Amino acid sequence: MAIVFQKTKGLTEKQTHYCPGCTHGIIHRLVAESLEELGLLDKAIGVAPVGCSVFAYDYFSCDMQEASHGRAPACATGIKRVHPDSAVFTYQGDGDLASIGAAEIVHAAMRGEKFTTIFVNNAIYGMTGGQMAPTTLIGQKATTAPLGRDENHAGMPLRVSEMLATIPKAVFVERVSVHDVPNIMKAKKAIKKAFEIQMKGLGFGIVEVLSTCSTNWGKTPVEALKWLKENMIPYYPIQNFRNPEEVK
Amino acid sequence: MAGKVTFDENRCKGCELCTTVCPVKIVIMDKDKINIKGYHPATVKEMDKCIACGSCARMCPDVVITVEKL
Repeated sequence: MAIVFQKTKGLTEKQTHYCPGCTHGIIHRLVAESLEELGLLDKAIGVAPVGCSVFAYDYFSCDMQEASHGRAPACATGIKRVHPDSAVFTYQGDGDLASIGAAEIVHAAMRGEKFTTIFVNNAIYGMTGGQMAPTTLIGQKATTAPLGRDENHAGMPLRVSEMLATIPKAVFVERVSVHDVPNIMKAKKAIKKAFEIQMKGLGFGIVEVLSTCSTNWGKTPVEALKWLKENMIPYYPIQNFRNPEEVK
Repeated sequence: MAGKVTFDENRCKGCELCTTVCPVKIVIMDKDKINIKGYHPATVKEMDKCIACGSCARMCPDVVITVEKL
């Protein structure tokens, strides 16, 4: 009897606090599986953000550090510079990375810090109760935009991957999604590649993962995945933006 | 090709995502059972139809499912 799929050693036994159907669970697993398969669990140091994934340090079985809101890239910069042989990653949501932490991520990319960022974009602030995020789509309802986001009032949603892809030292930039099994497999491939690039010391890498928030979107988990596919992917296309020559 | 899936039922949050990705449509929510969290957990009644593709386990956000190929 051969095992086709079992829980990775990269995750602890602790059960997550995420809502039913939250894709954070899938993304946590992909990161943990990538670390395990690359043999990096012993030398991985993750930096948890503020947001729904604030307790990420309880769920990964590698070393973890909690950062203040949006400052995970600054924290990871210090860790990676002191421990250059370790595999350092930040795990950040869109409220954390694209809003309060926008400066930190841009400057970490500009300096070409050799760590990996997993950026979970669900187009809303989850933990604080569904407020509008910089990534909220036009017309999408949020508690602070009850009639839907108005571009004349709140501007257009921020495409973080496209923005970071203009920075020379951001050597690996890819956007993936986890709305179905084939895309989950592609997302894992991208995450694994980002860690490989870090271990080769090529520069800064970021994987943006499109995610759902069924609770704050007011949908069932199954409807939320459908909404992601139909509404988020047209505005946030799934593609690779930057890939260093060495690993193409 | 036969497969076997086992569910760590008390980890299940009843989101139903696994039921939507099964190519042979055998993953269902067990309406006769309530787990420790208060949800109807996912289960498979017709195990002989399982092809051990692992789709349900890869879609599950809570690592409830283990898949074996017989």
